[in-house]
Amino acid sequence: MESIFTLSILQSALELGCIYSLVALALFISFSILNIADLSTDGCFTLGCAVGAMVTISGHPLLALFAAMGAGIASGFITAFLQTRMGVPSILAGIIVNTGLYTVNIAVMGFSSNVNLFGCDTIFSLAKDKIQASWYNDWYKFLIVFLIVIVIGIILAWFLNTRLGLSIRATGDNEHMVRASSINPLFTITVGLCIANSLTALSGAILGQYQKSCDINLGTGMVTIALASLIIGETLIGKGSVIRKVIGVILGSCLYRFIVAVALRMNVPAEALKLVSAIIVAIAISFPYLKEKAAFQKQRTVAMRMNKKGGGSAC
Amino acid sequence: MLKIQNISKTFNPGTVNEKKALNQVSLELAAGDFATIVGSNGAGKSTLFNAITGAFFVDEGQILLDGEDITFRKEHIRSKVIGHLFQDPLKGTAPHMTIEENMALAYLRASTASHAFFSRINAKEKQKFREQLSLLNMGLEDRMKQPVGLLSGGQRQALTLLMATMVTPKILLLDEHTAALDPATAEKVLELTKSIIAERQITCLMVTHNMHQALELGNRTLMMDAGSIVFDVQGEERSKLTIDDLLQQFQICAGKRLDNDRILLSK
Repeated sequence: MESIFTLSILQSALELGCIYSLVALALFISFSILNIADLSTDGCFTLGCAVGAMVTISGHPLLALFAAMGAGIASGFITAFLQTRMGVPSILAGIIVNTGLYTVNIAVMGFSSNVNLFGCDTIFSLAKDKIQASWYNDWYKFLIVFLIVIVIGIILAWFLNTRLGLSIRATGDNEHMVRASSINPLFTITVGLCIANSLTALSGAILGQYQKSCDINLGTGMVTIALASLIIGETLIGKGSVIRKVIGVILGSCLYRFIVAVALRMNVPAEALKLVSAIIVAIAISFPYLKEKAAFQKQRTVAMRMNKKGGGSAC
Repeated sequence: MLKIQNISKTFNPGTVNEKKALNQVSLELAAGDFATIVGSNGAGKSTLFNAITGAFFVDEGQILLDGEDITFRKEHIRSKVIGHLFQDPLKGTAPHMTIEENMALAYLRASTASHAFFSRINAKEKQKFREQLSLLNMGLEDRMKQPVGLLSGGQRQALTLLMATMVTPKILLLDEHTAALDPATAEKVLELTKSIIAERQITCLMVTHNMHQALELGNRTLMMDAGSIVFDVQGEERSKLTIDDLLQQFQICAGKRLDNDRILLSK
């Protein structure tokens, strides 16, 4: 049997890991920092891909990335508007926007359920001819996505220590404090969700150019997959400074892709992957709770045994 | 400094739960005044604080702070110049952010213009935070990179006090801020409060259930009952007052005995 770890598997895991890590970073902002489960992530990812694909087809692959981010900001703003100004519960706001985005995405793709970018210039095809070297030909895709993720990661880590960034972090951390401070939670939630969704959409746009196609069902289950990456990252790297957490999220995403690639290699059917990621997320989230319960149970058993053995003599 | 004119607030008007929490309250504090407030539970002490911070808008009346009418100013805007400490030490700081980040937020929100979104803390300011923390004598200056959630209640409350006064507020509201701490820590936080207020001449209102504190601290004592200020004493008259006098005064003003165990026990 051939080895399941080949260079090409590692390479594609790193490439996809970097691309999807932007969604994980988005959830890092909305889920970990703002404490909001943003369920519009699935639709927003497809929106980014669709907008990116259409702009790419018209011949502007670089502009496509910014256009996608703009679309993501708009989507995030609507989700935030519903929950901050219209009194819609945050989970419901995400679901509503997600549902609406399905139609929007189809419309963006010219009322077709998929488009392909074969023959169009993409950021990858543009970069390919820049340097003539065999190592570059193998790794240029990874280099591009890695560069994008590093830049985004640095900007994000910098931003989260500015006044606005700190305010956004405090908003999700202690609502009493926020109320007594001069922080307007409506504003910080809106900004946070706009940033998160712009990253989600950017990720979608890059993926579209990477695989040269966009499909209406592309984003299904994205929120779970990103959550899995986020949790793997947090468990691996643990907690600490912001930059450490950001690196953890990116590594978590790459590791998740690697697990998926290995699973595919071991003949797990591609359809089963969503179930696998759902199970990973369920286990990862419930793990700390179960650990605590197990420790409590153990303590109780030990104490009961001591009582039986020692009887009244201990007192 | 603070001028409150005939403010009233009724909660749940027109229902069986209707409660007149503030009833034509008027109060004027001069700059540098430090007033303590006593009164039984439900007398309207915290409601008065919430009216000043803007947690709700009053039904009638006017609130002026430093000559500015803030009656209908939004909470997050006026809180820039108001420091507010709660009884619960967990309420004033963000547990998952480090000590340094908490202080940075408090400092930036009060010292920079509201549109300076991307302002950051520099090394000099970090050093200043360190010096301020070392004044607490709690060893926090060596733990600046640790999340606040790891600190004890007393440490968190001391930090909150530091954060609230980092940039001198126009008024400081202390809502029984030492009541949830153990006696030794409470004493320490109170000493700290006294020294900060005296040093910077901060105008301050402090709710307490400790009759001794009510007479000892500051230069003025207020007593509230059923949404009104029923007794207001300062100067020479106050220095002659004993705790028994104060309790008796309550009986006269409110027309009933003080029914609060915490007050009687702390006598």
